[in-house]
Amino acid sequence: MNVLGIYHYWVFAILLMIGFYAVIAKLNLIKKLIGLSLFQAAVFLLYITMGNVEGASAPIFGFGAETFSNPLPQVLILTAIVVGISTTALGLGIVVRIKEEYGSIEEHDIQEIDRR
Amino acid sequence: MNALTLHLPALQVIVPMLMAPFVVLLRARSLPWAAATATSLLTFSIALQLTMIVMDGNPVSYEMGSWVAPYGIELQVDAFSALVLLIVTGASSVALIGGRESLASIISTDREPFFFAAWLLALAGMAGIVVAADAFNIFVFMEISSLASYVLIAAGPDRRALPATFKYLILGTIGATFYLIGVGLIYMMTGTLNLGDMELRIHEVADQKPILAAAGFITVGLALKAAIFPLHVWLPNAYTYAPHIVTTFLAACATKVSLYVLLRFDFFVFQQNLAGHEFQFAAYLMPLAVLGILVGSVVAMFESNIKRMLAFSSVAQIGYMMLGASFVSATGLTAATLHMFNHALAKGGLFLATAAIAVIAAGCRLSDIAGLARRMPWTFAALVVSGLSLIGVPGTAGFISKWYLINAALELETGGIALVALILVSSLMAVVYIWRIVETACFGESVETEVKRVPTALVIALWAVAIANVGFGIAPDLPLSLSAAAADILLGHVR
Repeated sequence: MNVLGIYHYWVFAILLMIGFYAVIAKLNLIKKLIGLSLFQAAVFLLYITMGNVEGASAPIFGFGAETFSNPLPQVLILTAIVVGISTTALGLGIVVRIKEEYGSIEEHDIQEIDRR
Repeated sequence: MNALTLHLPALQVIVPMLMAPFVVLLRARSLPWAAATATSLLTFSIALQLTMIVMDGNPVSYEMGSWVAPYGIELQVDAFSALVLLIVTGASSVALIGGRESLASIISTDREPFFFAAWLLALAGMAGIVVAADAFNIFVFMEISSLASYVLIAAGPDRRALPATFKYLILGTIGATFYLIGVGLIYMMTGTLNLGDMELRIHEVADQKPILAAAGFITVGLALKAAIFPLHVWLPNAYTYAPHIVTTFLAACATKVSLYVLLRFDFFVFQQNLAGHEFQFAAYLMPLAVLGILVGSVVAMFESNIKRMLAFSSVAQIGYMMLGASFVSATGLTAATLHMFNHALAKGGLFLATAAIAVIAAGCRLSDIAGLARRMPWTFAALVVSGLSLIGVPGTAGFISKWYLINAALELETGGIALVALILVSSLMAVVYIWRIVETACFGESVETEVKRVPTALVIALWAVAIANVGFGIAPDLPLSLSAAAADILLGHVR
C-alpha cells in the first residue's frame, strides 16, 4: 500500500499522539483539556475520512450525481462532537472551581496544597 | 405480552432520562429527592419485570422506532443484561432511599434539583449501556452516564473531590475515545454498528489486522472505564471524596457496567473470531486480574481512610470478576457475573455503613471511629455482615461467588492450585482490612464527639442490604440462575 495514499491516517495518528502527549505531559489543567480536545478531534477525522468515497458527491439525490459519500460516519461524529463539547465544558467548569478553591491550576501546586 | 410489556427495554432508559429535566424544575425542598427516588424505584420495577421475562432464556429484542435491525437501532435484554440492570437500578434505589439526610447535609437546597437530575442521567446512561445492542449507542450512553457521574462526584464536601473528578474526567474521556476508535475501525471493516451483525460480518473480513487493533483499543478503553488494574488510578480518589451516597451508588454499579460491555464485546464480537488469537483475552487479562487482586488487597490493608480502603478493595474485587471471565469456562463466567451482583451487595452495604459513620465521624479515618461501635451498634453490626460477605464467609452472598471462582480455577489444567491459593490469600487480606475497622470501632479508646442520630431511613436501607447479603448467601437461586444463563449466553457466541 502506498504510504502517502493513506495520508489521512497519518494525520489522524499524529494529531492523536500530540493530543495524548499534551494530556499526559502537561501539568497545567487547561493545557490538559486542550490536549484532550485534540485527541478527540483526531478521532472525528478518522470517522469523517473513512466515509469519503473518491470522486463522490454529498449524499443528496436529484442533482445528477452517481456516487455518494457515506453519510453515516458524519452523523455519528455530529453526536461525538456534542459529547466532546460537553466534556470540555464540564472540564473547564471543574477547572474554574479548582482555581476558586486552590488558587492555582497547576497540578504540582494542587498536590502540594493537598499534602499540607 | 401486552403493549406496555413490549416497550419495557426502551422504558428502562427513557423513564429516568425524561424525568431528569423535570426534576430540575422542582424547587421545593426534598421534592427533587422524592421524584428521583420514585423514578429510580420505577426503573427497578421495570428491571424486575424484564428479569421475569428473560428468565426462561429468550432474550427480548426491541427495535427503536420500528426500524429493522441492523439498519435501525436495536435494544436487547438477555439474562446477563437483566442481572446488571437489577444491580444498577437496585443500587440507585437503595442509595436514594437511605441517602436523603446524608445528601441534604452536603448539597444546598438550590442545587438539589440539578444534583438529582444528574443522578437520574447517570442512571439512564448506565441502563442505556446495558440495553443497547449498538456499538455507537453504547458510546453515547457511556458518555451520558460518565458526564453525569463527574457532576455527582464533584459535589463532594471536600475540595479534593475537584482534582479527583478532573482526573476521572480526563481518564474516562480517554477510555471512551479509545472505545470510539475501536468501534470506528470495526465499522470501517464491516460496515455495521449492530453487535449481532458485527459478530457475523467480522468472519467475512479478509484482513484481520484492523480488527485486532480494534480489539486492543476497545479492550483498553473499557478496561480504563472499568478500573481494571493497572488502569484503576482514577478510582480511589474519586470514590473517597465523592459524597458517601454517590460512592455507594457508583461503587455498586459504575465499573460493572463497563465490565459488562467489555465481556459482551470480547465474547460476542472478538472471541475466536481472530484466527490464531483464541486465548488473547485470557492470556492478557488474567495476569492483570491476578495483579489487581494482590495490589488492591495489599494497599487496602495499609489504608487509614475507610473509604479509600474500600475503594482499593474494589480494585481487587474487579480483579476477581476479570479472573473468572478469563477462564473462558461456564463455571468461571458464572463466578464472574455472580460476583458482580454479590460485590454490589457487599460493597453497597459497606459504603452505606460509611455514610452512617460519617454522620458522627465526618473524616471516615480509622482514628476517628475509635470506640464508635459501642455508640452505634446497629450500624457496625450491619457493617460486619457486609464485611463478612466481602470476605466470602459461608452463609453470605460473597461465599457463593468465591466458591464458583475456586471451582473454576480447579477446572484449569495448569496453575489452578496457585490461583486457588491466590484467592484464599487475598480473602485473608480482606479479613485483615475489615478486621482493622471492626477492631478500632469495638475496642478503640472512645473519642469524645457530639452525639448525633443516624437517620432511620439510612439504618433501614443499610439493614436491608445486610439482610440481602445473608439472604442471597442462603438462597442464591435468583442471581445464580441469571448468571448461569449469562455464562451460557456468553459462551454460546464462542465458536
